Amino acid sequence: MIKLYDYELSGNCYKLRLLMNMLGVDYEAVPVDFYPGREHKSDWFLKINPLGQLPVLVDDGVVLRDAQAILVYLAAKYDPSGNWYPVDDPAKLGDISQWLAFADGITSTASAARLHEGLFYDFDIDACRAGAHRLFRILDEHLWFAEKQDRDWICPGAHPTIADIACFPYVILSEEGGISRQDYPAIRRWCDRVKRIQGFIVMSGVFPAGPAGGRLNALSAA
Amino acid sequence: METAVIERSACADSVLLNDWHVVADLSALNSERPFETRLLGTDLLIHGAGDRVRIERKCDSGPVQISKKYGFLWACLGDPDRDILHIPEAFETDRFIVTGGSIAVGVSGLRAVENFLDMGHFPFVHTGWLGEEPHTEVPSYKVEITDQDEVLATQCRFFQPVASPTASGGIMANYEYKVSRPYTVALYKTNPVHPDRMDYIALFVQPVDEEHCIAHPLLCYLKDNTNEAELRWFMQLIFAQDKPILENQLPKRLPLDPRAETPIRADASSVFYRRWLRHHNITYGAITAPQ
Ligand SMILES: [Fe+2]
Repeated sequence: MIKLYDYELSGNCYKLRLLMNMLGVDYEAVPVDFYPGREHKSDWFLKINPLGQLPVLVDDGVVLRDAQAILVYLAAKYDPSGNWYPVDDPAKLGDISQWLAFADGITSTASAARLHEGLFYDFDIDACRAGAHRLFRILDEHLWFAEKQDRDWICPGAHPTIADIACFPYVILSEEGGISRQDYPAIRRWCDRVKRIQGFIVMSGVFPAGPAGGRLNALSAA
Repeated sequence: METAVIERSACADSVLLNDWHVVADLSALNSERPFETRLLGTDLLIHGAGDRVRIERKCDSGPVQISKKYGFLWACLGDPDRDILHIPEAFETDRFIVTGGSIAVGVSGLRAVENFLDMGHFPFVHTGWLGEEPHTEVPSYKVEITDQDEVLATQCRFFQPVASPTASGGIMANYEYKVSRPYTVALYKTNPVHPDRMDYIALFVQPVDEEHCIAHPLLCYLKDNTNEAELRWFMQLIFAQDKPILENQLPKRLPLDPRAETPIRADASSVFYRRWLRHHNITYGAITAPQ
């Protein structure tokens, strides 16, 4: 079975759990004591990933690091429809790859801000937030124009792609880093659409769409 | 020294100033870079690690009293008038004694304590883990103030789909809660493998300022059937579900005016806790009744 070296509060691990759930792929999660144990820097883990980063996925003797790379692998291998990552459409693959790189930018800004605020990481919080807002502005505008063309997703087409999955976690968790999505209405609508994809699951800090999410919002206002 | 006086006056509650508070997980410290934190509105610099730890106030480099216990670094801004809480479970050799992972929350620490005591939110916030619809009713339980002046809730029962990292199916979980200091709360929970023993979780809440806190959990779980990574995984999974709910609570400080209590949220343990805080004249992190 697929083995995922996992940390519950990591958005990069969450995006893999999310895609595997949407694809209906079974896996075994191995919890790594990322915090406060720093087990991802331990000798045994560095043998698996010399970069000392989560997630890592092991499948059929293939050992992969880097969340975006793993999304590519999972979709290419386990999505027979080819919707999530259309391997025979070069233009679309290029488009998706450009947004996978964009997702890395979200990680180094919005995710870094969240680590600073919640887990005391030593980052320049103002720079992280400014960087995240710059990227959110670009994404919001992109999604706004997409909606004008009746498109729901980051890349053209009727079906979401791994670009949506790659960008979603650290966007939806941004408030924990003190980055409000108030000024990004198209991003907010897109988040809601992602939450309605068949097989969507939450992680701690992410609420489901619909009645349950609405009730939580009411509860948190009490 | 004048700045120090001004900063110290940020918190006027002598009960809090003269008590010990957790300010860091010892494993988070390193000797290369000082670790910055804040306690009761006073900025602190933690220098060094291991045996060479010391804390100074950032404003005037004045020293702060420190102690180490349960894997945490503790600080007292005034003169401690009591010891760090004694936890018998933390000395039992058949338990894992691990820090659970300190997490900052943008809300008064008193709110974090009150939320920890509340079972009513389990089905909505910890859906599929500590609660599940339609089991939303909190069965009545007993609350009292003990001889040692603690708030103690006993005979708490709640249906939980995944009550612990080792759970395999839903159970009726038995709980006890104890608030022993204004910012310290603990729970005892029946161990699924040894029904006669209880797992223990303490939440030491660091009052960063009146509207920010850091929750420092200490986990004392029986070793059977689990490991440290799994215990931390479960604790953080649950606590990170509370975090956004807590951060959206308004007002951010805990209302202590009896007239401010809304009947819906005022379950028994919360009523006792707020009354007990009033009795101890706790104002820091609270909204008190107009004098
Ligand atoms: Fe909770």
